[in-house]
Amino acid sequence: MTFKYNNVYINETSTVVGPYESKGPFTKFFDKRYDDFYFGEKTWEQAEIKSIKDSVEILLNKLNIKNTNVDVHIGGDLLNQIVATNYASSKIGIPLIGIYSACSISTLGLMIASNMIEANQIKNAVVTASSHNNGAEKQFRNPVEYGGPKKDYTTFTTTGCAACYLSNIKSSIRVESATLGTVTDMGITDVFNMGAVMAPSAAKVISDHLKDTNRSIDYYDLILTGDLGIIGKMILKDYIKKEYNINLKNYDDSACMIFDINKQPVYSGGSGPACLPLVTYTYIFDKMKKGKLNKVLLVATGALMNTGMCNQHLSIPSISHAISLEVVK
Amino acid sequence: MEKKDYKKLVDKYTPNAPRFKNAIIAFLIGGFMGVLGNFLIDAYSFYFNLSSKDAGVFMIITLVFIGCFLTCLGFFDKWVNFAKCGLIVPITGFAHACQSAALEYRKEGLVTGIGANMFKLAGSVIIFGVVSAYIFGLLRIFVMGG
Repeated sequence: MTFKYNNVYINETSTVVGPYESKGPFTKFFDKRYDDFYFGEKTWEQAEIKSIKDSVEILLNKLNIKNTNVDVHIGGDLLNQIVATNYASSKIGIPLIGIYSACSISTLGLMIASNMIEANQIKNAVVTASSHNNGAEKQFRNPVEYGGPKKDYTTFTTTGCAACYLSNIKSSIRVESATLGTVTDMGITDVFNMGAVMAPSAAKVISDHLKDTNRSIDYYDLILTGDLGIIGKMILKDYIKKEYNINLKNYDDSACMIFDINKQPVYSGGSGPACLPLVTYTYIFDKMKKGKLNKVLLVATGALMNTGMCNQHLSIPSISHAISLEVVK
Repeated sequence: MEKKDYKKLVDKYTPNAPRFKNAIIAFLIGGFMGVLGNFLIDAYSFYFNLSSKDAGVFMIITLVFIGCFLTCLGFFDKWVNFAKCGLIVPITGFAHACQSAALEYRKEGLVTGIGANMFKLAGSVIIFGVVSAYIFGLLRIFVMGG
């Protein structure tokens, strides 16, 4: 399912990050950086709540508007019952649509906001996506201080929140179209190999998008997937060629970009709902505004993992959503 | 693409863990832990005039304390990540597993946090330890004659 938009623009973005992202290659782009995992709060979960609150505050300050001027806040995170977004929203005070689609929250949020703006139901919206490394480790894996051995191909959840303001007021970046993803399950049970879990759903949504829009892959200056990591990136390239006969050329993966993989202890790259928007709203938008990129397809990839279901020996399903952004000339 | 074909494709790109290297590291560090334990038993029985059985108990208490203490200082997780089974299999691993879970949940209350979650990782070690102790105890009585 692909939606076309004529009247949706991205006006402003804001980013808040934790210690590892601050030491990464895009540090100069981020609006707010924290040196530890607590952000001055008592727990990691509360730190994530703060990162969402901070990012929306910074966004509204940049736009010089109040929370009452925003029609809808669409957001999500990885914690159970998307608790970070819910608690942050009680302080933000904008009507909330809480969403969950694992690490593909960012593009799903942009899609829902764009649909509502295009249909004239709302004038503007704030979309957030956040994650917290230690919060996610605590929920999905072992206690953080346990430091159980991990495989080299595992990914490292990003800490931070990325917020984006969309409206029908013209700006330099336009949301052109979006394709809703389909849940795929190719039988992968390895909880460390998230790239392998997510690559099939990314391939499916890219193929669906190109079919629905009648485009070839060369139409885009860049296809940016969410958090496949080094291994997942190679798997996607091979799989999409074999299954859909698509030759990915102008392609990168934000998990491989957000950290300095050779120097930082992040295994096979970043992950988490915040990974793709943190890279997109900073480095990619900077390139788009400078005219180096014109048409970008964002494909946020989400592994719909649940530890209980994994213990029942079920394989991990995955979903990816694609959104096409264009520079307005 | 069939699931089994996809599995093959994934396996092609997924690197294997360096098992030989890991085994060597675990062997050396686990062996060092054994030497340390034995040294402690000898030292306790020599200086405090204890039987080696009693000295063994003191050795376990010492190593458990060291494991917990280093976990609290925040760098034992990095050692475990490096040494893997070299530190997980000995008694230090058990202490570390309890302690790290206790640290993680300490802000969720004494009973609902620490109490309920401290044995999250190590609980199964206790259960199966007790069960296998029963089985081997029974075997000893009925097969080997006590």
